[in-house]
Amino acid sequence: MQFGIFSVGDVTTDPTTGRTPTEAERIKAMVSIALKAEEVGLDVFATGEHHNPPFVPSSPTTMLGYIAARTEKLILSTSTTLITTNDPVKIAEDFAMLQHLADGRVDLMMGRGNTGPVYPWFGQDITKGIELAVENYHLLHRLWTEDVVNWKGQFRTPLQSFTSTPRPLDDVPPFVWHGSIRSPEIAEQAAYYGDGFFANHIFWPTNHFQRLIALYRQRFEHYGHGSADQAIVGLGGQVFMRKNSQDAVREFRPYFDSAPVYGHGPSLEDFSETTPLTVGSPQQVIDRTLTFREHFGDYQRQLFLMDHAGLPLKTVLEQLDILGEEVVPVLRRELDALRPAHVPDAPTHATLVAARFAQAELEAVSR
Amino acid sequence: MTTIVVISGGLSQPSSTKLLADRLAAAVAREVGLRGERPEFRGVELRELAHDITNHLLTGFPAPPLAETITAVRSADAVIAVTPVFSASYSGLFKAFFDILDTDSLDGTPVLIAATGGSARHSLALEYAVRPLLAYLRATVMPTAVFAATGDFGDEDSAATLADRIDRAAGELADALSGTTGRRRIDPFAGPLSFEQLLGAQLGDQPTS
Repeated sequence: MQFGIFSVGDVTTDPTTGRTPTEAERIKAMVSIALKAEEVGLDVFATGEHHNPPFVPSSPTTMLGYIAARTEKLILSTSTTLITTNDPVKIAEDFAMLQHLADGRVDLMMGRGNTGPVYPWFGQDITKGIELAVENYHLLHRLWTEDVVNWKGQFRTPLQSFTSTPRPLDDVPPFVWHGSIRSPEIAEQAAYYGDGFFANHIFWPTNHFQRLIALYRQRFEHYGHGSADQAIVGLGGQVFMRKNSQDAVREFRPYFDSAPVYGHGPSLEDFSETTPLTVGSPQQVIDRTLTFREHFGDYQRQLFLMDHAGLPLKTVLEQLDILGEEVVPVLRRELDALRPAHVPDAPTHATLVAARFAQAELEAVSR
Repeated sequence: MTTIVVISGGLSQPSSTKLLADRLAAAVAREVGLRGERPEFRGVELRELAHDITNHLLTGFPAPPLAETITAVRSADAVIAVTPVFSASYSGLFKAFFDILDTDSLDGTPVLIAATGGSARHSLALEYAVRPLLAYLRATVMPTAVFAATGDFGDEDSAATLADRIDRAAGELADALSGTTGRRRIDPFAGPLSFEQLLGAQLGDQPTS
């Protein structure tokens, strides 16, 4: 089981002080948060990709490359990489380069983005979102699994005798997750390739995501990648903790009330009831997170949203200390004990390389 | 079992919009009864859902009571939709409710539209505002739209013509109900949608490497 954090990278005014960090401060804060994630024993840091204010992370591999150089074990990922508006050739190149520099500690999550104008800014048509995701990812997949690619699609200029360099480290592409909060087509896509499916369920009710994940699991099995309960599922989470739950609620409420996504809407209490948001003691976070497994089955990756809505860096780092010291060790123990032996962990570079060698040997024997 | 959802956008309590909605429901019950069926009615007062509707606009998902209402509207065999006329159009709350429905929620659903207003001068709001809204949502809107001005609840002559309009509209809805064979909603999760098809539609024949 992997635990980590994912950052949207928003520059938001701290509602309690009225102070807005500069872009430079926010970018450096994201790096500090990633380094802290490794320090407290988390497995994954993922950054969003955005192309408009108030967000800073427009260039994920630049940031992740810098973090890679300053960490040893942390897996570097995205949440998400825009498969609709980025050139798949550039994604193939950028992430293969990152993979080499990070000694394989890289995976990535495909997403379609939620900011409409990004499509026209990058020369695409928003009404073709699904088609772009389908075609572009297929090309990316081929660029990573075939040394020489001839290609003709509807969106990108054709390729003849093209080799994407560098080739993936050890000829094993980074593991890919597909993120979706709404579209069954994306669950289907993840299932088709045997990739992971990440359901960022933090803003929406459980029953919706149960259907999406059930579809992914069922189709994963249909396409012959394993049984439904062996499909690779990731989930979001959103928490704020203090030793006493009342203190957590008191401290977080002003951030909640004016947060960019849900602020000025439902009360913190109502939102906590209908979504996974948990504001309280570490034990409450543990109990709530354990319910995810009951709702969605055994899963492989849990990412928490910790740095947003104007929370100051100091507070976020304190939160990560609590997460790493008091919450994740318990969750790791509990979830590992509950997971049946035939349910795999999330693939890493090491396990994918091992699987590749095993496959090669099998083929050699059968020849 | 035929189910009919009755949406009332009235804000005051008691509300003349609710009063009109109740009369329409009673007339539809009678007309459908004449055709040998006993429909089940479900009343929706948007006032009670006003906070949830606003929260849905802000967060993108419905709180449980609103989710239940949306499901009821999606699966209804017919809808009676009644709004007060505010500032020359449907009320903001009435529109907000239809804004949060998925655009296929009312595909082919027979809908009886009605409105209340201070005077008959507002009556065409049904034709230039409410009817296009429901038409956009691909509902089958009944030809007779029922407008009730405040005076229609008193003056004998105008009360009689209101009663006529209610009966005519109810008859149209009952006819539409008996003519439908049950609407089919495509459930995107029911699958299996085939990825090979999605991919094939995009790429057709590919040059091989």
